[in-house]
Amino acid sequence: MSSPTSTPGRRKRNRDDIPATPKSTRRRGQDSSNGDLPAMPTSPATDIASPAVHDTSLFSSPRRSVLPSEVDMSSPLMYGTPSSRVEARQRPDLGSIRKAPQVDLHSEPPSADGAVASEQALGQKLVIWGTDVNVGTCKEKFQRFLQRFIDPTSNEDENAGLDLNEPLYMQKLEEISVVGEPVLNVNCSHVQSFDADLYRQLISYPQEVIPTFDMAVNELFFERFPDSILEHQIQVRPYNALKTRNMRSLNPEDIDQMITISGMVIRTSQLIPEMQEAFFQCQVCAFSTRVEVDRGRIAEPAVCRNCNTTHSLALIHNRSAFSDKQMIKVQESPDDMPAGQTPHTTIVYAHNDLVDKVQPGDRINITGIYRAVPMRENPRQSNVKSVYKTHIDVIHFRKTDEKRLHGLDEDSDQKLFTEERVQILKELASKPDVYDRLSSALAPSIYEHEDIKKGILLQLFGGTRKDFSQTGRGNFRAEVNILLCGDPGTSKSQLLQYVFNLVPRGQYTSGKGSSAVGLTAYVMKDPETKQLVLQTGALVLSDNGICCIDEFDKMSDSTRSVLHEVMEQQTLSIAKAGIICQLNARTSVLAAANPVESQWNPKKTTIENIQLPHTLLSRFDLIFLMLDPQDEAYDRRLAHHLVALYYQSEEQIEEEFLDMAVLKDYIAYARTYINPRLNEEASQALIEAYVDMRKIGSGRGMVSAYPRQLESLIRLAEAHAKVRFSDKVETIDVEEAKRLQREALKQSATDPRTGFVDISILTTGMSATARKRKEEVAQALKKMIQSKGKTPAMKYQQLFDDLRGQSEAAITKDMFEEALRALADEDYLTVTGKTVRLL
Amino acid sequence: MRMWFICRFCCPAAQSNSNPEWEAKVLEYFKGQLKEKESHSWVPSLNDVPLHYLKPNSLVKFRCLVQDMFDPEFYMGVYETVDPSTKANVLRCGKYKDVTECGVDLNSRNTVTAERQTFYCVPIPGESPWAKEISFLSAARVVPSTSYVPSRQKRSYEEDDDDMDTQPQKQREPHTGTHQAEPHGNGDSKRQETEAPSSQTTTPSDCSSHLDLNFPLPGERGPACLVKVYEGLDSFKLNDTLEIYGILSVNPVLTVLGEEKDPSLLLLNPTESMETPEEQRAHDPPASLVPRLHMLYARPLQHNNPLLPSAPTEDQSAFVSSFLVEMASVRAELLAYLTHVLLGDGLAAEYLLLHLISDVYTRRDVLPLGKFTLNLSGCPLNSYTERLYQIVQQLVPCSYRLSMSLHTMNSMRLVPKKDYVANRLVSGALQLARNTSLFLDETQLEQGQLDSSGVRNITALGNLISWQKVDYDFSYHQMEFPCNINVLVTSEGRSLLPSDCQVPLQPQVTPPNMEEYLTTIHMAQFTSQINKFRVYLSLARTLDYSISDEVTKAVEDDFVDMRKDDPQSVTAEDLHRMLVVARLLSLSLGQTTLSRDGWMRAKHIDMLRRSRTEQQKSLNGNEP
Repeated sequence: MSSPTSTPGRRKRNRDDIPATPKSTRRRGQDSSNGDLPAMPTSPATDIASPAVHDTSLFSSPRRSVLPSEVDMSSPLMYGTPSSRVEARQRPDLGSIRKAPQVDLHSEPPSADGAVASEQALGQKLVIWGTDVNVGTCKEKFQRFLQRFIDPTSNEDENAGLDLNEPLYMQKLEEISVVGEPVLNVNCSHVQSFDADLYRQLISYPQEVIPTFDMAVNELFFERFPDSILEHQIQVRPYNALKTRNMRSLNPEDIDQMITISGMVIRTSQLIPEMQEAFFQCQVCAFSTRVEVDRGRIAEPAVCRNCNTTHSLALIHNRSAFSDKQMIKVQESPDDMPAGQTPHTTIVYAHNDLVDKVQPGDRINITGIYRAVPMRENPRQSNVKSVYKTHIDVIHFRKTDEKRLHGLDEDSDQKLFTEERVQILKELASKPDVYDRLSSALAPSIYEHEDIKKGILLQLFGGTRKDFSQTGRGNFRAEVNILLCGDPGTSKSQLLQYVFNLVPRGQYTSGKGSSAVGLTAYVMKDPETKQLVLQTGALVLSDNGICCIDEFDKMSDSTRSVLHEVMEQQTLSIAKAGIICQLNARTSVLAAANPVESQWNPKKTTIENIQLPHTLLSRFDLIFLMLDPQDEAYDRRLAHHLVALYYQSEEQIEEEFLDMAVLKDYIAYARTYINPRLNEEASQALIEAYVDMRKIGSGRGMVSAYPRQLESLIRLAEAHAKVRFSDKVETIDVEEAKRLQREALKQSATDPRTGFVDISILTTGMSATARKRKEEVAQALKKMIQSKGKTPAMKYQQLFDDLRGQSEAAITKDMFEEALRALADEDYLTVTGKTVRLL
Repeated sequence: MRMWFICRFCCPAAQSNSNPEWEAKVLEYFKGQLKEKESHSWVPSLNDVPLHYLKPNSLVKFRCLVQDMFDPEFYMGVYETVDPSTKANVLRCGKYKDVTECGVDLNSRNTVTAERQTFYCVPIPGESPWAKEISFLSAARVVPSTSYVPSRQKRSYEEDDDDMDTQPQKQREPHTGTHQAEPHGNGDSKRQETEAPSSQTTTPSDCSSHLDLNFPLPGERGPACLVKVYEGLDSFKLNDTLEIYGILSVNPVLTVLGEEKDPSLLLLNPTESMETPEEQRAHDPPASLVPRLHMLYARPLQHNNPLLPSAPTEDQSAFVSSFLVEMASVRAELLAYLTHVLLGDGLAAEYLLLHLISDVYTRRDVLPLGKFTLNLSGCPLNSYTERLYQIVQQLVPCSYRLSMSLHTMNSMRLVPKKDYVANRLVSGALQLARNTSLFLDETQLEQGQLDSSGVRNITALGNLISWQKVDYDFSYHQMEFPCNINVLVTSEGRSLLPSDCQVPLQPQVTPPNMEEYLTTIHMAQFTSQINKFRVYLSLARTLDYSISDEVTKAVEDDFVDMRKDDPQSVTAEDLHRMLVVARLLSLSLGQTTLSRDGWMRAKHIDMLRRSRTEQQKSLNGNEP
């Protein structure tokens, strides 16, 4: 075993010259001149042969040899590249990576001759011990990947501003040279599509492959940009490993492999200085030596190499090297969990610059290496607990919800669908009656109300998001808002509950119990750090989802007022306790309101019945009435439906209706992948529909449609196209949107006095006829006053009585006062107390 | 016991030829044995036998509720040991054990890592004293197989203390199952005695802070248990009630490892220090307090009524069919008994009976079907409701009375909450087993201010009643857990909580001394009679039920007719309720299909009830 003792020895001496202070990075540059030596296995054979020999001292450890997956100091995996003048930073996230020898696959235990021979010649055979990774090939492959990989379809926000037709990662290297942040994030799916074998190796042996990648990248980088100065060498941070998505599916086979899981941070520890390298000094001759920490253990040198005294070396804390480390607890995200079980948690260790990157409450995707901490022998205990502790050494964090705060527009949660699933969904979509099928699958326990269910279905799909920020109008709302009003006990709450359970990002609140703060966001002071933390409320939490608000009418005015911004601009502005920001709240609102007089009064308009400000009502695309229809045929069907609910078995139900899971996936798929656009015919149809709507009103001298109606018509048509999985909005979509809107208006905007549909009830809070009447009364009053001749002041009561006597129709006191006010606005008269004066 | 020896015997033998099938075979063997008639009664139960009378590493059973599920853990499924004297390597099995044998070769290549999960299990919350007692008495037959002799005089308190000083590892049992309110003391005096030192033992000498065993209900006692689960992890859910057969492990090493805090070790292995002391206490409590149970086999319990055969075997169906004959007569007797209890109000008694056999039998999307929350309004004040609860408690196997006083509503934790520091689910009073009777005593509520936690508690109760679900608080989000709890609300006026059905109590008799009156009624019943009632209530719930097409039609017609007469007064809600009433009424008579007659009767009693509420309304004037 020809161990090149010269190399490590020299390095040690070199390092001793540097004034040693505890620090997290180490200098390796000096010895890099030897770095391009061919790989030489160095582990002494004795170590391998005698795994059972242990020191019994406190620092005892199974020596390196028995841990197969380590890379030797002098192997090419060691940090430092030939040309680099930049210090390498140790990567504690990868663990101790410097001690595994490379072995020749075809020869018996590594022979010195074989290893020293040219790497090129033996290239294919030489692999890192315990793996099938050949350093040279691996490096070459990765460099090729960096130089050649092009992803023209990339839509990741990280790649914004890069030319998609140029090699992606070369551009990123260029970016590094400019920005100086020496981290290269590599999407594993890119690696996979480029070279599946390389990907497999990366996943299976991250501890060995990532340093190889590092090396490859640094070589390439300093070749290209020989003059750049970086803080430390570039580190490769792979992310998006497809292997594991779910914390629950982690099993013993994943140990030491690279995984990506998603979850939510629940706790972070304080910074822990972790010893990377222990500094020992001989008490006798002051000879010093360094020992690297190997999996949490330090092999204390028993004998001083200089003076051969035994047990004379003492640890000097100040001169040992430490790195930053932080423990983070991550909990499974609620969407991944099977019902009825509690979420799992996993411990994650972040190192160096990843420390303090995440905060409790963040939803993150973590890429890292899954570790099981080996059992430790306890000298005082003959038998040990047979349980391993596991954790993940994190390589890459990716916040999944940060976009909500920063307003980048891209759906972050990419739900993955298997091909069979997509096939099923597409099959379903191709059925001509898919719209009806889906709508009847919605809340099957609730009887009829087909149009309401259809409306909610369209709400679940939503329109296409359009960006007009270029032209200064910002985003167009793509979300459909729906209000349900009606008699108590018409299963409104049930419908809301159902929707809340159906959508992944649903929130359910009750108007009674929620405050403006609970809906929007509030600022909290962390008791420990004194740091201000923004806690988001229901509306922000349901970004990209649906916010179900029950008892909408019971909400206080101030609470309701925050909805104005959310429901049109889809943002929430916060200015509190020094935090000023605008949060995205692209949420659809599904609200339910009860009439003021407990029973719906058909003689009154919607506004009068539910007493909500019209400014808010006009922001709802569809307003439905859920009334008890009170007719026999309906009763019969209802009874049948309810009785069936109680006696049908599960199977029968399932036959009849779509599975909730299918519906969920269908919606998720459509929301992610389908972005329908209007085609020519559909645009024409929309224009016509709008003109028609305007025409109806103009005949009677009133406005019967506003641009808001047109916008919601477009949204509904788009949503309907999404239901069909169609990329084009066609005429049938517009037809359905028109029908649905008409139905909703018929229910909610019918003027009870005239029986006509009157949109102004919703937009201005008063029907056109009512306004006309008001004017008429004012005119009559004016006429009457004028007919009285020159009387500068009149008694209020007398005037009222006169007007009542004159008019054929009954005039209430309210009407009279309104008329007075109208005339006062005209500067015709003033009312002071009980007298009315002309001006 | 015998079985365990077999296991001991076959494990090493099987390991040596490293055949993975032996594990399955062992399980098969145990399951086969336990299926045999009576065989499960040979196994001593943790619920009945104090822990220190049970042999470590023996087969025991435990009737419990899954209170929390901890993270999965990896353990050495197979490992190699080296005998220091002979240097011989032996492969050993780590399954069903907490601790390895001596001389583990940590670096052996033959080590196989396997996965298991830990459940934190507590005795079924609110288990009625009678249910415990009966299962205890039936367990007495097992005694010969353990060292526990129930008649043996328990060592004195002082001796116990001495023991603790001299032998800190001594297995001590803080619990035992008796409820403090237990009026019948037959054969229980010894067990009560064992409870005496419990307050001492829960605080071991070296553990300064009190160990919270995390029982859902206050005042509960019993052994909590860490159950290690090896198979079928997905089939278990939180709040499942299980009867677990497994191997008891109380190795004192477990405790020592937990307690040991060598600072030098901590420095070198920060993983240890990562666990907060709270977390360590929650996940690795001393084995003497919280024994470990390695699960071989678990049987989900449909009910915990010891009077009924629990497994759905031929046994049970024979039992059911024999009981069905008596059903009607038992019902009549029970109704008479309840009528007396409810001060002569027959209608209220009828509804109470229906309530007691109600059960959420299925869910249609969000809607739970079959729930029947009863609001008994107009309850006499003073201790009437308390006595009423005691009577209900005597009838059902699981119950809890929540006195809704302002103070309890504001201070009590009803909804379980995740404690991220200790990494466990801190239980709340609403974490109950299926079919537990929750008795909400609203007569205790006085005027005053509810604070925010009070409002949350009331909301949680409302959700429980309307949707049969509890939203557990995970601090960053809430998680919904469906439940199946029979809620009975007693109040003076109409309850502020929603309910499926409100019955104003109309007392026919006004006994001068309520206490005495109820006690007399209770005493007048023979235990055998009460036992019949108990069997009746549990059994009626398990029956199947269906509606024929013909009756469906009749019901539909009926509904349409009712609506024709007065559309305002009969709504879909009413039909829902009447269908439930009809179902329960049929089941209470042992009929498994709805007959026309049954429907008419359901309509009739519902009408009676409605006229009574209407009457109440007109009396009270403007009550909504």
